Amino acid sequence: MNQDSFLELRNISKRFHGVQALNHVDFALQAGEVHCIVGENGSGKSTLIKIISGVYIPEPGGEIFIDGVLQREMTPGRSTHLGIQVIYQDLSLFPNLTVAENIAIRHHLEPGRLLANQKKIQETARYAMAKINVSLDPERTVEKLSVADRQLVAICRAIAAEARLVIMDEPTSSLTRQEVDALFAVVKDLLEKKITIVFVSHRLNEVMEIAERVTVLRDGVKVGTYDAKAMDDRKLSFLMTGQEISYSSAKPEFNPDRIALEVRGLSKKGNYRDISFRLRAGEILGVTGLLGSGRTELALSLFGMNLPEAGRILVNGKEVTLASNRQAIAEGIGYVSEDRLTLGLVMKQSVGNNIILTVLQRLLNRFYLIENQKRDTFIRERIADLHIKISAPDIPVNTLSGGNQQRVVLAKWIATRPRVLILDAPTVGVDVAAKGGIYDIVKRLAAEGIGILLISDEVPEVLSNCHRILLMRKGRVEGEYMPAEISEEELGRKVNEG
Amino acid sequence: MKVRAARFLKSSEFYLFLVIAGLMALLTVFTEDFFSVENLFDVLMSYSFLGVMAVGLMVVLISGGIDISFTATATVAQYVMATILIRHGGGWWLAFLIPMAIGITLGAVNALLVYSLRVHSIIITIATLNIFYGLLIFLTGGKWIYNFPDWFARGLSLFAFTSSGGKTYSFSLSIMVLVAAVAITGFILNKTAMGRQIYAMGGNPEAAKRMGFNLLRLHLFVYCYMGLLAGTAGLVQAQLVQTVAPNSIVGRELEVVAAVVLGGASLAGGAGTLLGTVLGVALIAIMSNGLTLMGISSYWHQVVIGLIILASVSITAFNRKREERRHAGIEV
Repeated sequence: MNQDSFLELRNISKRFHGVQALNHVDFALQAGEVHCIVGENGSGKSTLIKIISGVYIPEPGGEIFIDGVLQREMTPGRSTHLGIQVIYQDLSLFPNLTVAENIAIRHHLEPGRLLANQKKIQETARYAMAKINVSLDPERTVEKLSVADRQLVAICRAIAAEARLVIMDEPTSSLTRQEVDALFAVVKDLLEKKITIVFVSHRLNEVMEIAERVTVLRDGVKVGTYDAKAMDDRKLSFLMTGQEISYSSAKPEFNPDRIALEVRGLSKKGNYRDISFRLRAGEILGVTGLLGSGRTELALSLFGMNLPEAGRILVNGKEVTLASNRQAIAEGIGYVSEDRLTLGLVMKQSVGNNIILTVLQRLLNRFYLIENQKRDTFIRERIADLHIKISAPDIPVNTLSGGNQQRVVLAKWIATRPRVLILDAPTVGVDVAAKGGIYDIVKRLAAEGIGILLISDEVPEVLSNCHRILLMRKGRVEGEYMPAEISEEELGRKVNEG
Repeated sequence: MKVRAARFLKSSEFYLFLVIAGLMALLTVFTEDFFSVENLFDVLMSYSFLGVMAVGLMVVLISGGIDISFTATATVAQYVMATILIRHGGGWWLAFLIPMAIGITLGAVNALLVYSLRVHSIIITIATLNIFYGLLIFLTGGKWIYNFPDWFARGLSLFAFTSSGGKTYSFSLSIMVLVAAVAITGFILNKTAMGRQIYAMGGNPEAAKRMGFNLLRLHLFVYCYMGLLAGTAGLVQAQLVQTVAPNSIVGRELEVVAAVVLGGASLAGGAGTLLGTVLGVALIAIMSNGLTLMGISSYWHQVVIGLIILASVSITAFNRKREERRHAGIEV
């Protein structure tokens, strides 16, 4: 076996209830490298991590070597002891405790420990923070920190546990670009300390910036391990999905004289300032900018959930006041939220019930009860219309893939027959291969005459789908661009400036 | 030190303190008897057993659970204790030991049920409240118990002093137990590894599981400690009124929940302070006492307590929203 391997997995398989999650996978990590694991949802990434961390036991025949030594029995306790630390996407921090206590949480779990030694806790925290050049107030409670700082606390906790391998699950998914850069600087510090890093990520372009090697999984099988320098977005997408993904950049035509939504001088203190634009019927207008640029606040205002302080909103040429989302819906505005899981869908309810949520009024009979036949026909039509792949309309939404969930949300809003549809990050958490399907739907809706406001921080997404792009920064519209006139690199740079 | 003082001025405990001070000032002006050693001592004596239970409940709330059954635990504990002391005699050591042991046992039942069934503790403990209390009434016929031995009637007292009115006051059993409960709980929560784990588990149970906390041990500790304090509170109450009436404590559980929540403990777990809990109990005690002194029907007490709780949670919710809005804003 390889001399400088920190960890080596051989012939790992895992089945759950007849589903082959991992199929004869070999995997190795060199000490002190940054290794990325990529793959679509269900490709086996999380199962692989859980095997490394001892949560799952592989099927017989699989072997795990650490420092060249065969591990007969991997348990969570054993893997921690060997220096393996996993930072889950939710970070698993204790929001009500201080930074210091979170970092040194293992102190409380030492066998035989009766009294908590505050001095030792402070020392451990300071040591861990100094090791990666992080300075946070050890006395602050974690709930008062930003997501980026919380992530640093989680990393410090791993260091305090004498980690030799830190596995980060989707570490960049809720960070702004600057925060991602700061995180990568910390990762470089970790590397200098000979700590091995594994990233599990959806965001391919970020992965490529920091990784030395990339392992691609597809349907539980390892496609291969590659040198990151030889990879790009397109190649990785191909390896992950097995199909060449190319988004058609053809965009539907629209009539420039029919204005669906106009905003004049819209301002709200602390949110956004002096926003003006026109959205035509059938136009797809992109709004891009960093997290915190005011784009989501603006979207909420247009949907009646964040009353602006000054300015005017005109829908179809008529001035409206949007003081509640009911008013916005009545004016023909639909909003697909960024946070599909908590705001867009009732996860435990059936697909059918989710679709009819916004249009219950139209399905009532004369006794004000829901008419079953009308409902079923309606649900069937919507499901067929958007090609939602399900066995029956009564299965719960939380059993669907990200792409299909997003189709259900779209179906729900299309059912209201909106004039304007606001899409906030519509492809977050949607597999690469399924994104194209969502884009096709968006373009079709535009072709039917709906004005679409597409909010996204993914530059390629707005470039290939929008007629025009507004760039927001610090609450203002900084510029307007036509996709044909600006390159991906240039727009990306402008987004991250300042 | 400055930071700490500033933090205190912003805390919910400080608001509660202001409300209590204001209320006391009003009662001093509008009633004759409120501000007297005699009355304040009476309030302290008659509410200290609720205070003891409130402290225990606070620990359960911090851990992320809730216990409703503690009034039944206290009742069972005091009933068994009184029966044994009257039939077989015994001393103070037995008077403490029996209710404590019963409290711990019933607490362990709660802990095991909550841990193994993984049903919300409010449902489990409502069920055990009914089971504990129902069994007691069934087995005893609900008979009241009087005629305690003399030594029990005399009680325990330290530092006795006589007021100008000729009445004697002392650091009695109920006050001793309350002070001990507060001190011990404070020590456990802030200074022991177990106490910090209880806070952590309440803050994020999923993370506690992943970190390898021994959740069974934590559940056992929390609910048994609640039971221990409830049992002791049963002893205190029996000694105070020299009677064991099965229906005198059961029914007051929501009053205790109210006091603890008023004191800032979160029903979502992970938050709560001793000072807040003590102030919460004090507010409810002083309010009830004031209404009695003003000659207002006891039915109104419940209405007023309900209103106080509504006002308090509204203010908390409002403050949180304002805080959130302030954080969400970006510089433009």
